[in-house]
Formats: sequence, structure tokens, C-alpha cells
Amino acid sequence: MSVPDTLRYTNEHEWVRLDADDTGVIGITAHAQDQLGDIVFVELPAPGDRVTQFEKFGEVESVKAVSDLFSPVSGEVVEVNAALTDQPELVNGSPYEKGWLLRLRLSDTAELDKLMSAPDYDRFVQEELGD
Amino acid sequence: MSTPTHLSIGDRLSFDLGAPGRRALQIPQPDVPEAPPLPVGIARARPARLPELSQVELVRYFHALSQLNYGVDSGFYPLGSCTMKYNPKINDEVAALPGFAHQHPLQPDGSAQGTLAVLHALQRALCELTGMTAAALSPFAGAQGEFAGMLVIKAYHAARGEGERRRKVLVPDSAHGTNPATAAMCGYEVTSVPSDADGNIDLDALSALADETVAALMLTMPTTLGLFDPRIDRITATLHQHGIQIYGDGANLNAIVGRARLGDMGFDVVHTNLHKTFSTPHGGGGPGAGPILVKDHMAPFLPAPVVVEDGGRYSMHTPVQSIGRLGAFQGNVGVLIRAYTYIRALGLEGLRSVSENAVINANYIRVRLSGMYRLPYDRPCMHEVVFSGSWQKARHGVRTIDIAKRLIDYGFHPPTTYFPLIVDEALMIEPTESESREGLDAFCEAMLRIAAEAEAEPETVRGAPHTAPLRRLDEALAARRPVLRWTPEPETNR
Amino acid sequence: MTLQHPYIPNTDADRAAMLQRIGVATAADLFADVPAAHRDPAIALEPALTEEEMAAAFAALAARNDHAGAILSFLGAGAEQHYVPSVVRHVLSRSEFATAYTPYQPEISQGTLQTAFEFQSMACELLGMDVANTGMYDGASALAEGCLMAVSITGRRRIAVLDSVHPNYVEVVRTYASGHGHPVDVLPSAHPVLTAEHACLVAQQPSFLGTLADMRALEGIVHGAGALYVVAAGAFSLGMVEPPGAYGADIAVAEGQPFGVPLAYGGPYIGVFTCRQNFVRQMPGRIVGRTRDLDGRTGYVLTLQTREQHIRREHATSNICTAEQLIALAVTVYLASIGPQGLREAAEGCYRSAHYAAGRIAALPGYRLASDAPFFNEIAVRCPLPPARLNAHLLTHGIIGGLDVSDRLPNGLLLCFTEMHRKADIDRLADALASAGGAA
Repeated sequence: MSVPDTLRYTNEHEWVRLDADDTGVIGITAHAQDQLGDIVFVELPAPGDRVTQFEKFGEVESVKAVSDLFSPVSGEVVEVNAALTDQPELVNGSPYEKGWLLRLRLSDTAELDKLMSAPDYDRFVQEELGD
Repeated sequence: MSTPTHLSIGDRLSFDLGAPGRRALQIPQPDVPEAPPLPVGIARARPARLPELSQVELVRYFHALSQLNYGVDSGFYPLGSCTMKYNPKINDEVAALPGFAHQHPLQPDGSAQGTLAVLHALQRALCELTGMTAAALSPFAGAQGEFAGMLVIKAYHAARGEGERRRKVLVPDSAHGTNPATAAMCGYEVTSVPSDADGNIDLDALSALADETVAALMLTMPTTLGLFDPRIDRITATLHQHGIQIYGDGANLNAIVGRARLGDMGFDVVHTNLHKTFSTPHGGGGPGAGPILVKDHMAPFLPAPVVVEDGGRYSMHTPVQSIGRLGAFQGNVGVLIRAYTYIRALGLEGLRSVSENAVINANYIRVRLSGMYRLPYDRPCMHEVVFSGSWQKARHGVRTIDIAKRLIDYGFHPPTTYFPLIVDEALMIEPTESESREGLDAFCEAMLRIAAEAEAEPETVRGAPHTAPLRRLDEALAARRPVLRWTPEPETNR
Repeated sequence: MTLQHPYIPNTDADRAAMLQRIGVATAADLFADVPAAHRDPAIALEPALTEEEMAAAFAALAARNDHAGAILSFLGAGAEQHYVPSVVRHVLSRSEFATAYTPYQPEISQGTLQTAFEFQSMACELLGMDVANTGMYDGASALAEGCLMAVSITGRRRIAVLDSVHPNYVEVVRTYASGHGHPVDVLPSAHPVLTAEHACLVAQQPSFLGTLADMRALEGIVHGAGALYVVAAGAFSLGMVEPPGAYGADIAVAEGQPFGVPLAYGGPYIGVFTCRQNFVRQMPGRIVGRTRDLDGRTGYVLTLQTREQHIRREHATSNICTAEQLIALAVTVYLASIGPQGLREAAEGCYRSAHYAAGRIAALPGYRLASDAPFFNEIAVRCPLPPARLNAHLLTHGIIGGLDVSDRLPNGLLLCFTEMHRKADIDRLADALASAGGAA
């Protein structure tokens, strides 16, 4: 399962990518979507809402499970991936690209230091699978 | 995805059949004068679009649909926790007697003595069978029985001035989802209690959680693992020390009916599912009935109405501190009549034979299949046995859902799958007393063949069913692009 | 020898062979986990009967009841006597429908699933709403669940109900609201005032006492307060009366019993539950959706299940699971059999019977209609003597009278008329009322 080097990760399997304009894009990892199976619905906050690092900001549903989404960073929602309304399966097919969830204006870029690097996350996943 | 080779019946609903102007029923011409029309704004502007079929088209359409269904009358239906036993036909005939079927719910009690006598006798029989002292028959199903029972417990605590303090309800992690959902509907905070390695409730964890902030424990006994907890008296006594009430989910009553009673073991409130233990047909999702039975200290809070007898006259009565009504009238009376008919057909000896045979049948399956399927709790079970498909999954990539679907090809309804949640790849088999030894053997042989197939030809199992009216359905598509109703231009899921 | 009951196939020989295979000596060994003190308690049940004995015993009990199948009845108030077509009974007796469980295995449950999809479609058509579930326990509990749904959508706690709503329905709303202690306010129909704390306003059309109103007037009040408009509609009236969807309802429910379901002393009935499209994920109950199988053939499945208790547990929209699927089938077959024209005609039959009766009764000395508002098939009458005495008098004339509503209307009697009442029936009622009035 791919783990892009350019992203930072949480132990709840979300990722964040910091863009040049100091906004960040967040989503769930390839491993997370694989564990969830066919994703059928994503419930997300609206632009203008605030999210807090490691706190719940939404839900992702497969046919027979619901999982909470936890934000990797704090900030204000500036954009929601509208394509997911009609095509939630984008999260399965393209978790790091077309299946992104939110674009945030980060309130504190130092929070990124609390997240895992790609190699650390990869190890973390391998350990979880090993259990 | 391949293209459809032919239109299936699913493409042609009753709306799409027939022709404008056709009808399956004639309405008598009124013989009273015409009435003035309804005012504009109240009168319906656009009629509802409904099917227009002749009677023969209608009967053929629904007949064809019936052929796509599998019921208890079709064959073995070992759906765990659902007690899919034979539904005796006399029950339906009795409920359809005009004196029962055409009685208005608001008739004066004096004109309904026959029905009230039946309901009163059913209250007494259910109290006897559960070891309780008062009954309310009005809950429409098990889940509403739970809701009523937990509201009764809430009212009891409130009446003792402990309503504010007792905010929590304990629910074992093996419980059916209705238990936590019910506790939440009653405004309680749900605390999960772990199970131990034997599949019993973890007593240490339970004791640690028991204090005066807890209103109740909701417990299914035997548990959803089909196991009876031998320490049941200790569990109820420990909790009672803290004033915690014990709610019994009667879903598994078929294991012990006529042989043991939750009321004798310290339960304060229990519900029964008449569409399980007491043989009323499940109807593809109801109607059911979920009467609740309580001890004396809970009786004043029962939902309304209950049936009381005085000098041979029966009447409906609202208990003094009733939690209120659960429905417009007095519950699913047609189901209650069927259940009482069943109890009369069996009597005590017959009901004892029910639980004995249900338990023997389940243990027979346990012994015949263990070794080929993983048995997470290797001990005698009660009326149902829970296996895991984890060996098949790990060794051959065949999941429990595949095994279940493959059973369809062998002519059986699959068992309950993926429940209880604490068993990985769970396969929960409840044969009931209705199945013969030969029937069980045929089922077990099919299960053993599937285990062999999982090894030799896993693709066959993963592709099942192969002989059903439809192959596996795309549930993700249904949830992603919901099409929930007919429209004149058939909407596809895009 | 143990009893060999017709419902239980295994014989002593079968059991002996099975116990041997299991590896225990007696069946009692399998009950060893049940504490000894609790095994085999004394239980007092009536003796068992053979099928033949039962048929006679229950026929005798049924014969002790008066009922609308044998004598005239004018009771309504939430349950009505309409003709049940033979095809409805026929389809319901198909045991493939009756003896199936909830359709967890769609490949062998398309009969239940497709008819449930049709039920949802018909519910939407009748009520003029976007989406429906497969049905709730009854009309009153459907209304109560609708109120809880409004609470969860709006995040507001108070539930407002008009005083013209069926009192039993209001009681059920109170029961359901009591779980979380949500206050229920009964507001005057004439001038309901909502606050920013109200999640919804509940109205009923026709009202408990049978009157019809232009329901558009309430819509502005409700939505102006940011609340949801919840409506309990009279099922049969929908053949003639504007549906809730036409006047802005957000959640609309109905008791489905009038559509092909016998009175049966109160149940099983079915609660029809519908709402606007954007609330579909907050709906309680089961929902069937259309999909395809691996070969691309159209089929139906339970869908949007993450709302439900078996997945979301304490966070579910409701605890409901088993509801009234077979009754949904009865309603579906009824509506398919009566069709749009038949429904209109039957509704008009009710309407004309009620209007003829209203004219006759209002002309009797001492009797008058309680309201001059339009009505569909129920009328509240103010009588010259207490309704309890009147009903007793009617019963001596072989007539089950109306509902005594003197607690809200002095000497009030609520009477219901359907397409099954002929002119001669109504004349008999009027004559019997006249003779009672004279006796006063």
C-alpha cells in the first residue's frame, strides 16, 4: 500500500499535505480506505467551520460500518471536496488525489511536528497488521 | 459488469404493468346523494400515481415475487438469534376468525370480552413462563419492548428520587445493537462490559462498573453467543446491592422455555419476542410483538393499557404511574392471539420439549462441524452455536459471507453472519426444535462440503450463489446512489 | 416416551442418537450451566389442546365479541372499517412472504424487497413526499419517531403538537419524548405560537374531530420559526385531500390500516413514514433501494443501513428493527388493486356517506354538528344526552356507535363513515339516535 513521502500522517490514518499558500489538504490513507471497504458516504463540515487537531470532524461510511474522521491539524475549513457527494468512491480509488476531503487554513503549522512521517506511518501500519 | 441479457422482474414493478383504466377491484356506487365539493386548497389537485392492473395481472405479479422469497415453509432457516421455527397454520386461522379480525380497537370493553380473555390468559402464561408477576402486551416488537422496559426502569428510579443520579446503563459487548440503541433512546449513557475468554460476562469488569450511578444492566440470557452464564445469580446479586435493575432481553427464550425462568434468577424486567419463541410468522420484517414482564415493584409503571380481571369480567386499565402509551391502541393483537394459540397447542410439556430439542439440535451441529470450522467458545451451547469462518478466511481467502451465500446453492437459508461483533467472521446457527435429525445432517453435510470447496475451489464459494434468482447484489452502489422509489421514467443508479 | 408433538419432528430414537454423537448421557447434561436451583421450576399453564379442540375453543371465545363484521359500526378515530379485497388476503397467505425473516440475504428475498420498494413508492405518491421507509409499527409511533427525528435534525428540544391531534397520538409522542425528557407543548390550533426552542410542530389532517383545514397557513408559521412541519395525514382522505407534500411538510406520517388491513382490535397495523429528500439519512427504520447484481440485473437491497442500530448501536437514529413488513405488503397489494381511480371512488364513497349522515343527524332534534368546517369522513356531533348512554342504546339496536369525546366536547360523539356504509345503514343509525334523543 503506497505511503507518499510528501504527506504527514496520524495514527487514525488521516494525512495532511501543506501547500505553498499555507493551506493544508487532508484525507484518509490508502490503508484506511482498504480497511473500510467500499465507501458509500462521507459527512464533512462546511466551509467556515473550524476543526481541531486529533478531534472528530466528520464520518466516513461503508456499506456496513461507520468510522469517525479525526483532523490531523487545527484550522478553518476553506474548501470541501464537493465531488464526494456524488462519487464517494473517489476515496477508494484515489485516496491521496481526487479523494481528498477538506482544504484547511492551518492555525498552527507547528502542529505538523506531532504527526508521523511516511516511513514512520508505514511502520505503524505494518505493526497494526501484524497484531 | 456484463450487459443484461434480459429484463428481470425487478425492472417491471406493478406501476409499469397493466394499462390506464384497468382495475382489480370495483367500488360500489354510492346510494346517497352527491356532496358539495371540497374547497380549493384542501381538495387534492393531482391524484397519486398508482398501478392500474386487472386482477389476474396483479395476482400473477405478486405470485411471481413470492417465488423469489425463501421462508420457513421453503426449508431450513437457521438464522441465529431469530428463532425461525415452524409457524403453525392454526394460529393464522384463529386470528382470522371474524370475532377477532373485525373488532374495532375502541369498542367498549364489554363488547370485547372474548379477546380480552385471551389477552389476559396470555399475560398470565407469559408471567408463569418467565417467573414474573405483571405483564404488558402492547409493545409492537422486541425493540419497542426494550424501550418500554427501560422506560419502566427509568420511572422506577425517578419515583425513588434516584433518577438524576443513575445516568448509565451497562451493556455487554456481545449484545444485540438494539440494547445500546434503546438505552440511548431512554437518555442513558451506554457503558460496554467486556466478555471473558469463556464467552461469559467479565465479572471483575462488571463489579468495577457497578455503583449507584448505574440504572440497569441489559442482559441477554443465554447470551448472544448461545451460552448460559453459570454465575448468573452472582451477577444479579452483585448489581442489586447497588440498586441496579436487571433488564432481560428475551430474544433467546427458546433455549430455556419451560425449563428455567429469568425471573427466578433476579431479573426485574424482561421482554419476549412472540415472533421468535412463540411461533408467530415473521412476515419478512414484522409484525412481531414484544410483551414485557416485570416484578411487582415495576408493575405500577407498565405501559398502557394492561388487561385486568375482576369477577370474570375483563377490562383495559392504565397502571397508576404508567410510562404511557406505545401506540395508538393496544398493540399487535393479531400476533398476541397467535402466540396464545401456540402456547395452548404445546402446554408445559410441549414447551419443555421445544427447549430440549432446540438445545439438542444446536449441540448436534456444534459437534458435527467443529474441527472444520473454528469454534471460538468450545463448550456446550444452548439453542444456538456460534462458529467463526476465520480459518477459511486466513487459509483460502474465503469469507463468512461467501460460506453463507454458498449455502443458498445447497438449498438452505444462511445463518446469521458477522454477529455477535466480538467473534471474527461470525457464523451464528440456530436450528430451533423444528428441524429433524435428517434435516440437520443434510445441512451439516453441506457445511462440510463448503469447507472442502473453500480449500479446493475457493472461486466457486466466492462467486456464490450460483442458483438463486439473482447473483450477489451491489450494496455499495445502492448506498452511493440511492434510488428509493419508483418514478415514471425508470431512474437507474447512473 | 416423551411427548411426540406435531410441531417437533425428532423422536426419542433421534434424540438418543444425537445425544450419543454429542457425547452426553441425557439432554439434562446440556442444561448444566443453568444453576441447579433454577432448573425445572413449577410452572402453571393451562393443559395443551389438540388442533381440533383449539378450533372449537377459540371459535367460542371469538363469538363472545361484538364486531364490525357482524353488526353496524361507526367507530373510527384512527382505525376504520374498509373493504379488504380477496387478493390482499390471498397474497398475504403466501407463506414465502409470511414465513420469511427480514431480507438480510437479498438473493433469496427479492419478493419482500421489491414489494417493500413498491410500498415506499406508493407512500411517497400518496403523501406527496420525496422518500419513505418500509414502515413503522403504527401511525402514532411513526409520528413519535418523526418528532424525535425533528429534534435530532434541528438540535432543538421542545416538541409542539396542536390540540387538534388525536389524544392517543399525543400520548405516544409524550412517551417517546420522555426518554430524553424533551418537553411536549400542546398548542391551540387557532393560534399556535412557536419559539426558537421548538424542533417541530405536529398537525393532523383531518383533525382528531374530523375537520379539514387549509394546511398551507401553518407552513409559514412553522418554517418562520425555523422548526420542522410534521404532519399526520388520514390515509384514506388522501384520495381526495391535498397531501402533506403539497403544503410544505418536512416529515409526514399516516396510519396505513385503512388500506386493506383488518381492524383486529388495534393491530397489526403499519405506520407510513415519509420525509423530504435531504433528511433521508436521519430517517428511522429500514429502507430498500434499487441496485444491480453481478450480471447487471436489477434487484433490491436494504440500504443506508449505517443509520440503524445493528451498526451504529447507541448512535442509531432509532432502535427499531422488526416492524410491520407483511402489513406493508397488504397496503401495497391493496393500493395496486384499487388503483388511482378506485381510490378516488372509495374516498368519495366515504365522503358522501359522511355528508349524508351529517345532514340526517343535524336535522334530528337535539343533535348538531360540532363544527361547520369542511370534513372528510368523520364528524363530531353534540348530542342531547351523554354519549356513553347513547352508545349503550345503539348497541341494543345492533349498532356499535361512535367514540365518546365528551372530555373535549360536551356530549360529543365522534362518528366515522366509509364506503362500506350504505344509505340504509346511515338511516338506521339516524333513526336509532332519534329514538334515543326522544327517550331523553
